[in-house]
Amino acid sequence: MRIPCPYCGPRDAHEFTYLGDATVTRPDPAAPDAAAAFHAYAHLRDNPAGPHEELWYHGGGCRGWLRVTRDTLTHAITGARFAADSSVSAPSVAKDPS
Amino acid sequence: MRYSFLSLLANAVTGQKLWSAAWRDAKPKPAYDAVIVGGGGHGLATAYYLAKKHGVRNVAVVEKGWIGSGNAGRNTTIIRSNYGLPGNIPFYEWSMKLWEGLERELNYNAMVSQRGILNLYHSDPQRDAYARRGNAMRLHGVDAELLDREQVREMLPFLDFDNARFPIQGGLLHRRGGTARHDGVVWGYARAADRLGVDIVQNCEVTGFIRDGDRIAGVETTLGPIRAGKVGLAVAGNSSRLAAMAGLRLPIESHVLQAFVSEGIKPLIPGVITFGAGHFYVSQSDKGGLVFGGDIDGYNSYAQRGNLPVVEDVCEGGMALMPLIGRLRLLRGWGGIMDMSMDGSPIIDRSPLPGLYLNTGWCYGGFKATPASGWCFAHAIAKDEPHPAAAAYRLDRFATGHLINEKGVGAQPNLH
Repeated sequence: MRIPCPYCGPRDAHEFTYLGDATVTRPDPAAPDAAAAFHAYAHLRDNPAGPHEELWYHGGGCRGWLRVTRDTLTHAITGARFAADSSVSAPSVAKDPS
Repeated sequence: MRYSFLSLLANAVTGQKLWSAAWRDAKPKPAYDAVIVGGGGHGLATAYYLAKKHGVRNVAVVEKGWIGSGNAGRNTTIIRSNYGLPGNIPFYEWSMKLWEGLERELNYNAMVSQRGILNLYHSDPQRDAYARRGNAMRLHGVDAELLDREQVREMLPFLDFDNARFPIQGGLLHRRGGTARHDGVVWGYARAADRLGVDIVQNCEVTGFIRDGDRIAGVETTLGPIRAGKVGLAVAGNSSRLAAMAGLRLPIESHVLQAFVSEGIKPLIPGVITFGAGHFYVSQSDKGGLVFGGDIDGYNSYAQRGNLPVVEDVCEGGMALMPLIGRLRLLRGWGGIMDMSMDGSPIIDRSPLPGLYLNTGWCYGGFKATPASGWCFAHAIAKDEPHPAAAAYRLDRFATGHLINEKGVGAQPNLH
């Protein structure tokens, strides 16, 4: 499986680390239903058979976090862009205020 | 026909013509007391124990392909009870006890072979961790022996003891562990369940659920609707897809695990060996092929095939452990899809929907659990309460924080 990194070009999956579903977003810890929302965020997944939005870290290359669209039935990858370019808030290293 | 010395003899002298089909190829009835979705080992064992232990004989097992065509037909056949956490040890030990009596129970040769499993350690901290696990096992009445380097060398002289990075220091031996013939387990349970009146419906895919208000009252299938008082899901790999049809989201991701078989060689490996410094495990089948595997590929997949990085990783693990396999040819490799749970442990429980029961999240340890999984799932379905041996495998443990993380690696499926 080769992942088309927008910075480095197509690279072997060997160079990447998988984080998981990119569609889950970290809930607001101050919300009244925060406990249930964090349970869903940490544990529950749609786990589709077909196109899946997921996060990959290109540790063996540009060290960018990518948002990859991959078909879980065929392993075909139809898109890869930097996670920072999308609205996902998951492992956004740039947002750390320290 | 009951298998016995006499039945063998009778067939031997009559040209093997007296054998009858091991189970009926049933057509579905309109309604059952219970329908089990999934004709793998777990589903068939559940149906068998429902009929045998709980007297629920009006049961159907529906399977989208042929029985045993999923993970039961593509695993590495290892059975063991060498777990270390309180929620796990009683369950897997119960499974081991059921394995030990399985062939007599089912009147079927499942080739259960207690050839022993040896987990190697390569460092002082790992030795301490294995000693602790062995002590936990012995406190629960499970056998465990901590071997030093020379004891391992006596057993397995061909291992690479002087490996520069990961020298073998010893191992934790679980003598009652071993292997069983995966197809034999499926066929044995199918035949035994069939004899108790269970309908085994093959080539029947579930496409939806029948509802009575909130209650799940049966399944829609490619062979038409089947109503049921209770519906149990035992569909490893596809649990999320089935649950989604009922409107449930599970703490599950589907991942592929690859396994491999070498060409057949003369007897070399007496039991099961695991490489403690990486992830590699190997045993030798009765046909002579080395059966081995390692890590999962590590990303969501329903493809039933893996990718090359893990093939390389597994083979490197094997070469680090026993360089002599370097000239063996790989006969075949395959991938199975498993429902990896968020803490690495299974779920045997009622679902939030009345009438629907879940047996899922076996990660890649489902085969060894087959008998106890069926036993405990049948209990949960029949009595609407968890079996004591599986009381920790609740669905709500993720919300309440009672996780069972045997490896202690965190809440991420690809780490388990």
